[in-house]
Amino acid sequence: MKGSLIILSFFATGLLLGLFRSIPASWVSADVSFFVLCALMFSVGFSIGHKPDTIKQFRRIHSRVLLLPLTTIIGTCAGVLVISVFFKHSAAELLAVGSGFGYYSLSSILITQYKGAELGTIALLANIMREILTLLFAPLMVRWFGNLSPIAAGGATTMDTTFPIIVRTSGKEFSIVSIYNGFIMDFSVPFIVTLFCSL
Amino acid sequence: MFIVLAFMFAGIVAGYLLRNRKIRFQNGLILTFIWVLLFLLGLEVGMNDNVVRKFASLGFEAAVIAIAATFGSIVAAKLLWGRIPKSPSD
Repeated sequence: MKGSLIILSFFATGLLLGLFRSIPASWVSADVSFFVLCALMFSVGFSIGHKPDTIKQFRRIHSRVLLLPLTTIIGTCAGVLVISVFFKHSAAELLAVGSGFGYYSLSSILITQYKGAELGTIALLANIMREILTLLFAPLMVRWFGNLSPIAAGGATTMDTTFPIIVRTSGKEFSIVSIYNGFIMDFSVPFIVTLFCSL
Repeated sequence: MFIVLAFMFAGIVAGYLLRNRKIRFQNGLILTFIWVLLFLLGLEVGMNDNVVRKFASLGFEAAVIAIAATFGSIVAAKLLWGRIPKSPSD
């Protein structure tokens, strides 16, 4: 929670400074962002490759439960496709937004790079909201949709931000599933977002 | 576009090659990069009159996407949950 608030305060600060034109436009050059983005992606990849023992833990998970990230991706895309007819943006663009799976920082950064600030802003807001929906409604999700549902809802956030609420509502037995799901989804976001942005 | 993914792959390889070395600072590094990029994103959005003007409608669109995406996921999760014996790990 605190981490998310700090991240958002950086966004808010930039927003205010931008609104009041306090900073020279040259700071916003695409090159600077692109360079930092590449550095970020390298670091994210590094942290994934650095933990092969985490992957060994996943062998304890029931084979069908391993499919959870896949069903989440399919379910998300299906939901977004349905509502895409109501908006001007193309289905591919909205699917890219949905493919953030709650990972608002990385998805908004990538989408802004590929498609511009308007879609990037939608991505930021939509993925923040997804995280908040999970945090708020996890108990109801468990009651109506089963113990895997808050993990599915949390998407890429289930290794960190939504992990505590998932453990509390689905139960401690699901903590390894939550970590597994977050890990796979964190890894998938850059690929799927890039895929939909290139369509 | 794919350069970005290439950097991620390079990172995965580097991380794997260095897996036996204790390296803690990458989490702080990732966070710092995210802070910088979100700051720059905020800057870019703030200076974009088009986006600022449409912020409310963009927010609405975002909300609909969020609800549709989340709902789709939990329905899919319910279907998967129905096909699983009651313990999540063996």
